[in-house]
Amino acid sequence: MLYREAGQFKTNYRADMAVFPILQDRIGVFLILLVAFAVIPFVGSNFFLHAIMIPFLIFALATIGLNILTGYTGLLSLGTGGFMGVGAYACYKLATVFPEVHILVWVVASGFVSAAVGVVFGLPSLRIKGFYLAVATLASQFFLSWCFIRIPWLVNYNVSNAIEVPRRSLFGIAVTGPDATPQARYLVVLTVVVAMTWIASNLVRGRIGRMWMAVRDMDIAAELMGIRLLNTKLLAFAVSSFYCGVAGALLVFLYYGSAEATAFSINQSFAVLSMVIIGGLGSLVGSFMGAALIFTLPILLPHIMAALGIPIQSATAEQISFMVVGALIIFFLIVEPHGLARLWQIAKQKLRVWPYPY
Amino acid sequence: MRMKGLLVGAVLAATAVTPALVSSASAQDTIYVPLFSYRTGPFANSGIPIANGMADYLNMLNERDGGIGGVKLVVEECETGYNTEKGVACYESTKSKNPVVTNPYSTGITLQLIPRASVDKIPMLSMAYGLSASAVGESFPWIFNPPATYWDGLSMIIKYIADKEGGFDKLKGKTIGYIFFDGGYGREPLPLLDIFAKKYGFETKLYPVPPAEMQNQSGQWLNVRKDKPDWMIMWGWGAMNPTAVKEAARIKFPMNKFVGIWWSGGDDDARPAGDDAKGYTTLNFNGVGTNYPAIQDIIKHVVSKGKTQTQPDKVGENLYNRGVYNSVLIAEAIRNAQKITGKKAITGEDMRRGLESLTITQARWKELGLEGFGAPITAVSCKDHNGHHAAYMQQWDGKKWVKISDWISPLKDEVRPLLEAAAKDYVTKNAGWPKRTESCDKPS
Repeated sequence: MLYREAGQFKTNYRADMAVFPILQDRIGVFLILLVAFAVIPFVGSNFFLHAIMIPFLIFALATIGLNILTGYTGLLSLGTGGFMGVGAYACYKLATVFPEVHILVWVVASGFVSAAVGVVFGLPSLRIKGFYLAVATLASQFFLSWCFIRIPWLVNYNVSNAIEVPRRSLFGIAVTGPDATPQARYLVVLTVVVAMTWIASNLVRGRIGRMWMAVRDMDIAAELMGIRLLNTKLLAFAVSSFYCGVAGALLVFLYYGSAEATAFSINQSFAVLSMVIIGGLGSLVGSFMGAALIFTLPILLPHIMAALGIPIQSATAEQISFMVVGALIIFFLIVEPHGLARLWQIAKQKLRVWPYPY
Repeated sequence: MRMKGLLVGAVLAATAVTPALVSSASAQDTIYVPLFSYRTGPFANSGIPIANGMADYLNMLNERDGGIGGVKLVVEECETGYNTEKGVACYESTKSKNPVVTNPYSTGITLQLIPRASVDKIPMLSMAYGLSASAVGESFPWIFNPPATYWDGLSMIIKYIADKEGGFDKLKGKTIGYIFFDGGYGREPLPLLDIFAKKYGFETKLYPVPPAEMQNQSGQWLNVRKDKPDWMIMWGWGAMNPTAVKEAARIKFPMNKFVGIWWSGGDDDARPAGDDAKGYTTLNFNGVGTNYPAIQDIIKHVVSKGKTQTQPDKVGENLYNRGVYNSVLIAEAIRNAQKITGKKAITGEDMRRGLESLTITQARWKELGLEGFGAPITAVSCKDHNGHHAAYMQQWDGKKWVKISDWISPLKDEVRPLLEAAAKDYVTKNAGWPKRTESCDKPS
């Protein structure tokens, strides 16, 4: 009843092509942003902010990155963990070599390093497709993991082979290192993620996004229409790796605080891929939903069980969350292969005609 | 709109509920001891006995003595799966309940939490693992890693090998292979191995095992067969250990020349290779078996009453007793902190003082019902958070571990300068590392 667009007339092309053409959507997004920026930092506990919201937002960003490549351009990649690692290690090197430069500058710059590496590993995508490309990106994952372990220069010759985050501040408030409050970290992560989501949403519905989708749907047809495959595919690799790189840098600098190479292993790639699949291929809001489900469920499950009065051992909770997440993945693949984003869309469609469906 | 409203409502509800979820335990007159453990994942075979031993000893103190100094311990496990993300989540969820100590039980999680210990005022006990350099108390006032560091361990192994070969001068021209977990944990001893190789004139061969390939070491062992090293040293954990022992047996490597660090000496590491593993040797710093009054108390008060996840026949195995050893350190530090401060329910800050002046003499071990269970802990001080205590060699006889050497002391003179250099390096790399302001207590 409330969610319907009756009476909202679009009088120009610009209004018709807006990101949120319906007034209620605009109000909804505004409310979510208001809650995220103004309510959660003051109401949420440290545990909620640091162990749930910050990693959720960072993984959502990485999921958007992979979604650009896999969901929008149709190129399957298993190298996400590696590209996130490139961002993290690049950010660490840059921040330790040039400590006087602002940390956020380096977070963005590390995205460009990751984009460059992504382009190099994206080159085979011109010739090979599907499973073969997946294997090629898998090779990039292993190669990058190998680099993180075997090149001591990347960790500044640290004996323990880990990168440790230096203390940095923003407007005089610590944002990285152990002194940073969860509130400060959360607001920085949120700002970066919101800004990059906004950029992504404009990218995918503009000329570039249409090129990507044309290549995804049928690359020969796209080529015949005058889309250059090489440039388009490499651009997708670059933008995707950029997002993953920034996510990796944020992950280490604003969440972990220090990281070993195992943090960017193949498991990370699979985790992000399952977030894309559960959330919905080719959907930005789906990226957030997928990240929320896959990441927060195992963490919240023991607490939910405890709140329901079912006392379980922490290891049992872990096993149960494995089973639940696994069952959910199978359920979604059978019942709704387009993921949570599609469910969301169906729900919106139903709401438009509620309570008199036709 | 309705859905959006619901969503916003759900977010608000979640924020409102979460604090309630995490602040349930911890009354005034209890001591909260969180134990990070891993009963799932690729390291579960090593993690389960440790988790059992740690929990059972503390629960035994609760059952038998009503806690420590009359204060009940609230023991809570948090499952990390050896995964750094989950470890951080565990740390955050336990932090609000005023824990007296953090036990990360993973080098990765330890490294992440080191900078936060001083900020959150929660000391960290990384018992013979983690960052070796954190033994330097001036730089790391909140981190403790007794009884020995990895570098101590390596020096003891080299000492043992030299002893078997007939002296350090006999090491010249020998080849020593080093098979290791290719991560922070296994790479840490490399600089010292280099120094020893130069000093004593032996050659080293490195066989890294990537974390993802722990159960597939045929390539590494093929190279071992080709290189024919005189000795093999192993730094393994989790699924890597039983695989390595099996592979070594398969290529007929002389097992009594295959020496592991203390983390490679689980019963389930050697047992799968059966009789072929006979002679496999590892370092150890805790006694094995159930032949100690305190372990008997655990069986009587905890295991036989079903207040545990331990299978009765696993009590007394090496890694189980390692967990007990870990909990003895925690319990004794709590007792010490109570003595220093005169408080019953201590805080993390008191616990730090308790750990810093921790001593467990031979007589005290006996009092605890654990005579000969561990070397006396006498050298932990404000400067030295490790103490570089002795360990011994144990050998697998096909069924159980048998002690085959006396207590071996580490080459402290070789190790300590390296530790101080590493600590200095850590502090300079982490610009803004806080200077030590904590005062120092006399050892008790």
